[in-house]
Amino acid sequence: MSNSAASSKSVIWDWITTVDHKKIGILYFLTGLFFFAVAGLEAILMRIQLMFPEMSFLGEQTYNEILTMHGTMMLFFAAMPIFFGFMNFIIPLQIGARDVAFPFLNNLGYWLFLFGGIILNVSWFTGGAPDAGWTAYAPLSSNSPGHGVDFYVMGLQVSGIGTLMSGINFLVTVINMRAPGMSMMRMPLFTWSSFVTSMLILFAFPALTIGLLLLMLDRIFGGAFFDVGLGGNVVIWQHLFWIFGHPEVYILILPAFGIFSEVIPTFAKKRLFGYTAMVFATLIIGFLGFMVWAHHMFTVGMGPVANAVFAVATMAIAVPTGIKIFNWLLTLWGGRIRFTVANLFALAFIPSFVMGGVTGVMLATSAANYQFHDTYFVVAHFHYVIIGGSVFGIFAGVFYWWPKMFGYRLSEAWGKWFFWLFLIGFHLTFFVQHFLGLMGMPRRIASYLDGQDLNDLNFISTMGAFLMGIAFILLVINVFISRKNTTNVNDPWDGRTLEWSIPSPVPHYNFAQTPLVRELDGLWFEKMNGDGRMKAAEPLDEIHMPNGSILPFFIALGLSIASFGVIFTSWIVIIVGLLVTFAAMFIRSIKEDHGYHVPVSEIKADQEVEK
Amino acid sequence: MENLTALDPRGPVAEMQMSLIQLSLYIMIFVIVIVFTIYIFVLIRFRERPGDTHIPKQVHGNRALEFIWTTIPILLLLLLAIPNVMDTFTLADTGVPEEGVDEALLDEDEAVEDYLVVQATGHQFWWEFEYPDLGINAGQDLYIPTDTRIVVELEASDVIHSFWIPSLAGKQDNIPGITNDLWFEAPEEGIYAGKCTELCGPSHWLMDFKVVAVDPETFAVWAENMAEPDEELTEPSGEVAVEGREVFENNCIGCHAVGDEGSPTGPNFTNFGERTVIAGFLEYNEDNLHDWIRDPESLKPGNDMPAFDENTISEDEMDSLIEYINDLRVLE
Amino acid sequence: MAQNEAITPQILPPNPEKATLEGRNKYLAFWFFLGGETVLFGSLFGTYLGLRSSTEGGPGPADLFHLDLVFIMTMILLTSSLTSVFAVINMKRGNFKMLLVWMWATVILGLGFLGFEIYEFYEYAHQGLGYGVSAFASSFYTLVGTHGAHVTFGVLWITTLLIRYRKSGITLTNAPKFYTAVLYWHFIDVVWVFIFTVVYLLGVGG
Repeated sequence: MSNSAASSKSVIWDWITTVDHKKIGILYFLTGLFFFAVAGLEAILMRIQLMFPEMSFLGEQTYNEILTMHGTMMLFFAAMPIFFGFMNFIIPLQIGARDVAFPFLNNLGYWLFLFGGIILNVSWFTGGAPDAGWTAYAPLSSNSPGHGVDFYVMGLQVSGIGTLMSGINFLVTVINMRAPGMSMMRMPLFTWSSFVTSMLILFAFPALTIGLLLLMLDRIFGGAFFDVGLGGNVVIWQHLFWIFGHPEVYILILPAFGIFSEVIPTFAKKRLFGYTAMVFATLIIGFLGFMVWAHHMFTVGMGPVANAVFAVATMAIAVPTGIKIFNWLLTLWGGRIRFTVANLFALAFIPSFVMGGVTGVMLATSAANYQFHDTYFVVAHFHYVIIGGSVFGIFAGVFYWWPKMFGYRLSEAWGKWFFWLFLIGFHLTFFVQHFLGLMGMPRRIASYLDGQDLNDLNFISTMGAFLMGIAFILLVINVFISRKNTTNVNDPWDGRTLEWSIPSPVPHYNFAQTPLVRELDGLWFEKMNGDGRMKAAEPLDEIHMPNGSILPFFIALGLSIASFGVIFTSWIVIIVGLLVTFAAMFIRSIKEDHGYHVPVSEIKADQEVEK
Repeated sequence: MENLTALDPRGPVAEMQMSLIQLSLYIMIFVIVIVFTIYIFVLIRFRERPGDTHIPKQVHGNRALEFIWTTIPILLLLLLAIPNVMDTFTLADTGVPEEGVDEALLDEDEAVEDYLVVQATGHQFWWEFEYPDLGINAGQDLYIPTDTRIVVELEASDVIHSFWIPSLAGKQDNIPGITNDLWFEAPEEGIYAGKCTELCGPSHWLMDFKVVAVDPETFAVWAENMAEPDEELTEPSGEVAVEGREVFENNCIGCHAVGDEGSPTGPNFTNFGERTVIAGFLEYNEDNLHDWIRDPESLKPGNDMPAFDENTISEDEMDSLIEYINDLRVLE
Repeated sequence: MAQNEAITPQILPPNPEKATLEGRNKYLAFWFFLGGETVLFGSLFGTYLGLRSSTEGGPGPADLFHLDLVFIMTMILLTSSLTSVFAVINMKRGNFKMLLVWMWATVILGLGFLGFEIYEFYEYAHQGLGYGVSAFASSFYTLVGTHGAHVTFGVLWITTLLIRYRKSGITLTNAPKFYTAVLYWHFIDVVWVFIFTVVYLLGVGG
């Protein structure tokens, strides 16, 4: 990196100002894992509280705060950022690009996400976290005393802006930045599902933005949206929230589907069965995701017509999901299946997710939903799809792409211990919760009375949660003890897609020469029909790269300062914060930065080292 | 424990829901069996064996198979969707003629002969039951006659609550500013547990209520005495209880009513002596009642009842108050 | 650098805003952004429609709205869209001077619109429509105010561009910037047409 501006500055400065999609991806990924650990700890605290009836381990108010934070953190600040980490790192590599379309916005998106997470968690130290559940139903949320819910509103608003930017960024990247020959229907499924995910983000998040705006206006600026006495309507919040919220659950599951569609073919050594059907199933799931939000509201009193329509629409989603499951099974059929840790998670996903999927159809049965709704049955269902789907996807991706991202392989032996403990703990925790729900245990209760036949299953559930916690510690240990496994990291799994055609760790310009893609699974095609290396689509030439910038950090910082101003209703702080943001945006707008060029000599030197 | 689980339905609504749950479960088990069979077969048959280095055939797809696994799920879903839609409409129809509709114009089989309307209002963290046609206000315990359709109009005074009696009927939400309704019937006498299922604050988990189903004759007595308590019933039975009434009138009547004396801010006390629990969850005995009055906040955080320390109600006064409250009964 | 050189009419590509990859990225991203904005305003419209009759004794649409004033505002904004179209036409012709002139005209019309809107809000507040008076009041001010904030941002954005590039001529770097700014301006114009219909016409008539 001889003429990169970053080389002379410190490492920290480099990471703060980086516009390299790989570094931003790693930042997202590691921050997400950290928040995952925090939210996981909160889950374990909740399960300790519920281990025995009438426990006083946490206290009701604290319990409600922890339950709110667990959900909010897991969805917005753990699962999504970890997927953003993968998307950032992998999408440009899979489509043969040197970066995303908007490196500057990419950096900004990260800082908005991080500051949003910090704002949310500062609430613990300023009189209490939000306590109205991650769904923050009005008027419980709009009347909640203290500042907790204000932190929820501003934290999500700030990070939501970043999420929206990242979504647009990925959409444009996929459409405009593909290498020659990489047509849409040759894109790896992970890129495809990330593309659909970004589409969902684009059309879902603005509804949340407005919901949060209304809540903020009601709580802080005297609005009357949710004030029934002034003609407000509290159900509006639920509609806005779920118009966002239901696509959100597909935002969480589609990237995982993408990861499984990479991992399963790789370890079965077979092309993905029914690629076209998989792509269209993904698109249909994404589309239907916007049509079914009210199935979260069957008990709100929308009337039988709405309930029936939304019930049938929801059931319809089972069809494309079923198509996907069978396509994965048929990909395995006739293959040569290797049971690596990455593949174990992908394989464990199939039965686990099917179990979560069938309870989804049961929940969609509106008349029966009156019994399921807001009980532990629902808790069991969505943990089956989120852990059995999204989290297994994350762990499959962790073991699969770790060598590409960090240049060393995680230990398979430790990984298998981790996998089995986590899998058993997961089923132990959540399988029994189906029954708890039907036996009369509502969700979100801080404790339960003795003598209701709920004690034994709750105890079992808590034991499962402990197992999952121990398993996660094994993963962390694995990360540290495996650091010497730096051999065979370029293409350790005999990969099929473009990211395995370049060295690990990946050079900052990704591809010395833009590759020419001749088939789906481009690298596999070259392995079977060529010399095992991607053909180049251009002569070796100097490469244009963007410069890093500190401005995104200040844009995000300014918005965070303004958020604190809003939370504590201080106009001076709001104005100062916005001034910082607008000044940084202004500088960005008037200062043209055309990046720098990587000379051929440097690229050649890198290639020599590689050999 | 009185009837809590939805898995053991005790009335037609819960039975309808249970049979729908069972139908969906059987269909889903069918799906699970098929998927798991293929899955296990594939994992065993196609696992990598030592020394195996063959490259599997790269199959693109199979139209016929894709058609099959698209259509069969659709058929299975229809099997579930149709009864569901029918049940959804059945459950939404309380059978009570809407206001303004001439009852004579209704189909005979649409109109329900015997029904009782109850307004259930959710408060943080207790339930108020009003019987508009009978002029009754009751707290925490929902008395109903057996074999009568109970039409519940759901309202809320502060935040959203949700009304659930697992063994009798699935839930509907109590939403401020909106009135929802649901109906159910209880063929058998008994006590059925009811719960709030929408997060409503710290003591959400303690917002329980009871449905007490009694035979229609007993219910008639109950209703009559609740509406206009008999002199014999309201008059304290002894000297201590008379003192207790005085304590009650000095301290409690601002929120709790006995008969039509007192305010409806808190739960109605007319039949307090017949409750099985205090504040929705504490076992009914004098010690618990005493502790509750002394410090409600520590037992049920976030509730609105103030604490009464010994300066307000002395221990002696407390004894007589409890005696008086114990005496508040309408069914004897 | 090539991108910074002013383009004379002779070497101008037919669509300077889409001539570079950066320009194409910006152009596409902006369309996506407007898609998200549509959901944003859709949510606000939905909220307003749900609450517009909840005046709770406070002043309501029929008491407040004067169509003549709103009609003038609509005309101003529609004209500003037209001037921005002229600006883009001149950009494609390579006539930098006229691009600036028409963009300045757009800015001035935008400021005029904002002036009327401030006057309108001030007037309503005087007639007793405080922000928190009723759910109708909150939803009205929030919907129309969010639009107003968009106009304000548009004015600031275009002004920044005009000052920054006052002497540069049309370049492959600034052409996409002007183009997306105009796209944005059209979008807030379209939103206003919906506000005019849903809020004002329906408010007075329905």
